[in-house]
Amino acid sequence: MAFTNSDLETMDSIIKRYPRSRSAIMPLLHFVQSIDGFVTPEGIELVAKRLDLATAEVSAVATFYTQYKRKPVGEYHVGVCTNTLCAVMGGDAIFAALKEHLDIENDGVTDDGKVSLEHIECNAACDYAPVVMANWEFYDNQTVQSAKDLVDAARAGNPPAPTRGPDSLPTWKANSAVLAGLNDGRANEGVQAGAPSLLGLEIAKGRK
Amino acid sequence: MTLLTPVLSAHWDEKDSFTMAGYKRHGGYEAAVKALAMEPDAVIQLVKDSGLRGRGGAGFPTGMKWGFIPQGDNKDHYLVVNADESEPGTCKDMPLLLANPHVLIEGVIIASYAIRAKEAFIYVRGEVTHIVRRLNQAIEDAYKAGYLGKNIFGTGVDLELVLHVGAGAYICGEETALLDSLEGFRGQPRLRPPFPAIAGLYARPTVVNNVESIASVPSIISNGAQWFAEMGTEKSKGMTLYSLSGHVTNPGQFEAPLGITLRELLEMAGGVRFGHQLKFWTPGGSSTPIFTDEHLDTPLDYEGVAAAGSMLGTKALQIFDETTCVVRAVLRWSEFYKHESCGKCTPCREGTWWLVQLMRDLENGKGSAADLDKLLDLCDNIMGRAFCALGDGATSPITSSIKYFRDEYIAHITNGGCPFDPHASTLFASQGVGAK
Ligand SMILES: Cc1cc2nc3c(=O)[nH]c(=O)nc-3n(C[C@H](O)[C@H](O)[C@H](O)COP(=O)(O)O)c2cc1C
Ligand code: SF4
Ligand code: FES
Repeated sequence: MAFTNSDLETMDSIIKRYPRSRSAIMPLLHFVQSIDGFVTPEGIELVAKRLDLATAEVSAVATFYTQYKRKPVGEYHVGVCTNTLCAVMGGDAIFAALKEHLDIENDGVTDDGKVSLEHIECNAACDYAPVVMANWEFYDNQTVQSAKDLVDAARAGNPPAPTRGPDSLPTWKANSAVLAGLNDGRANEGVQAGAPSLLGLEIAKGRK
Repeated sequence: MTLLTPVLSAHWDEKDSFTMAGYKRHGGYEAAVKALAMEPDAVIQLVKDSGLRGRGGAGFPTGMKWGFIPQGDNKDHYLVVNADESEPGTCKDMPLLLANPHVLIEGVIIASYAIRAKEAFIYVRGEVTHIVRRLNQAIEDAYKAGYLGKNIFGTGVDLELVLHVGAGAYICGEETALLDSLEGFRGQPRLRPPFPAIAGLYARPTVVNNVESIASVPSIISNGAQWFAEMGTEKSKGMTLYSLSGHVTNPGQFEAPLGITLRELLEMAGGVRFGHQLKFWTPGGSSTPIFTDEHLDTPLDYEGVAAAGSMLGTKALQIFDETTCVVRAVLRWSEFYKHESCGKCTPCREGTWWLVQLMRDLENGKGSAADLDKLLDLCDNIMGRAFCALGDGATSPITSSIKYFRDEYIAHITNGGCPFDPHASTLFASQGVGAK
């Protein structure tokens, strides 16, 4: 997709956050994904031009980080945590079931372009294991069934809300803009904490 | 019985705990006002006196780290908060930021003032969109309130705070790799010395601190060094977040004085899940050697855990019961380290690859007893020879599991495969499945 003038202005405002422009390379790559859905060759060229770098330098950075995608992902990108703790608690079973259910492999996308699948590493939510992420929003305490329901609903265009996140699941592109540091005005949505986060506090207060 | 001491988590049960209004209801930003009326060196001294040690894993004294920043050098100084939280098992900083991003911002203001930094950065991992939202909004609100920007709190002090979002690389939690990443390069560790305190971000004096370390500072300013130092043990002061996950009845966060034991924490968590027994656990994430039920009464402070042969690390207590195959668990961690190795040095890049090959064969029953010695030999060759601590961390689960569970490795060999039913270890296995 072509980048508009307003996109270019946004990119310049991102660059201005930093004392040295090169530091903006990561948010700019997130921003490219918010427009193109993945890190396109055009996106790389544009970032290089904006930062006065060689495209090879930008590519070298883009390929280092797993969140920058080299090919299109789904409108809803689903990550199943299969690091040890989640794997043991059911993550392996969930990942295997989703691959079969969606008939895609790791890093695959469904034919309708709606859902893509990836196994991910520990997402700092182990007390909510097994954990599934969709567009990098938390879906805590998942089962094989709840994960299947999540992807089915996503394909039908009405995914359930994350357990600790906004009131509805934004698209991959919309969330990529948030990761570029753009405020979508949804910070006040959703819970402040899930039950496991509050457990010690509740015990200390004599409520549990 | 050690009692819980919620300070950082004290108001997480209030629906608006993450907002400016929610934070100010309980005296939020008063510590910053107090600190900015002190001399910067007095703030550093107070933090030194409190005994606060870094909560990012290594436990380095925070006040001392701040004191390393050269003064009067006419250079820009930087504060960088490490919110990369990616060590497997570690899950304390993200709930803290979701529930109360303002306590971190207030800590940033105080720490930046102490080290004379006019610019600070929060490097947050990229796979947590809602936490990015909350942080971004909190920073915006702090700017609007005049707590960030020019002439903050009307004191003549300036401070810019930039949120920087990562993109999925565990190694960027290592502080020098983080700095390279923040400068716009591939995140690979730097040779030290020079240390960040002398040449950090943009080759300027820089302090890198963990989220929880910085978030602990406002309470120390408000309540005093003495108050903080009265909690904990002789050399491990204060309260901290312990994260219990895995095969426990009620997993979650427990804020307690340093030195509490797993036995005490397990009791509060309702014990190991019904019908099962504790088999092994990590005291501080996957890079710390595993423990067994022998260590239930080990004081969980820096010294206690080290004396028992592991590390307190991030206080990420991952609990596994007897349904879990230790070889499978360790193989998965090995695959993680291989995947996350940044490739800069040979012992780690090649070594983690070989570790995975050997572990895979063993888990699949294709290994031999000689492979166990080969594994230990490999670990020996990585340990202390890798460029950064990721390499060392990769060896911890292997050497410690062979130490405690050699028989289980052998059972895979004699059995010609894994003797465990993976379903029995899942959360959805019906209660009692696989129980002895
Ligand atoms: C591979 C690796 C990953 C790390 N990941 C983190 C992390 O995610 N968060 C963190 O605070 N420290 C992490 N550390 C430790 C940092 O290098 C550094 O010691 C810490 O941020 C210092 O903060 P503190 O003194 O407040 O603990 C990691 C270290 C290594 C070797
Ligand atoms: S030990 Fe591993 S992660 Fe660290 S520098 Fe070497 S290759 Fe990179
Ligand atoms: S192991 Fe899955 S979130 Fe930590």
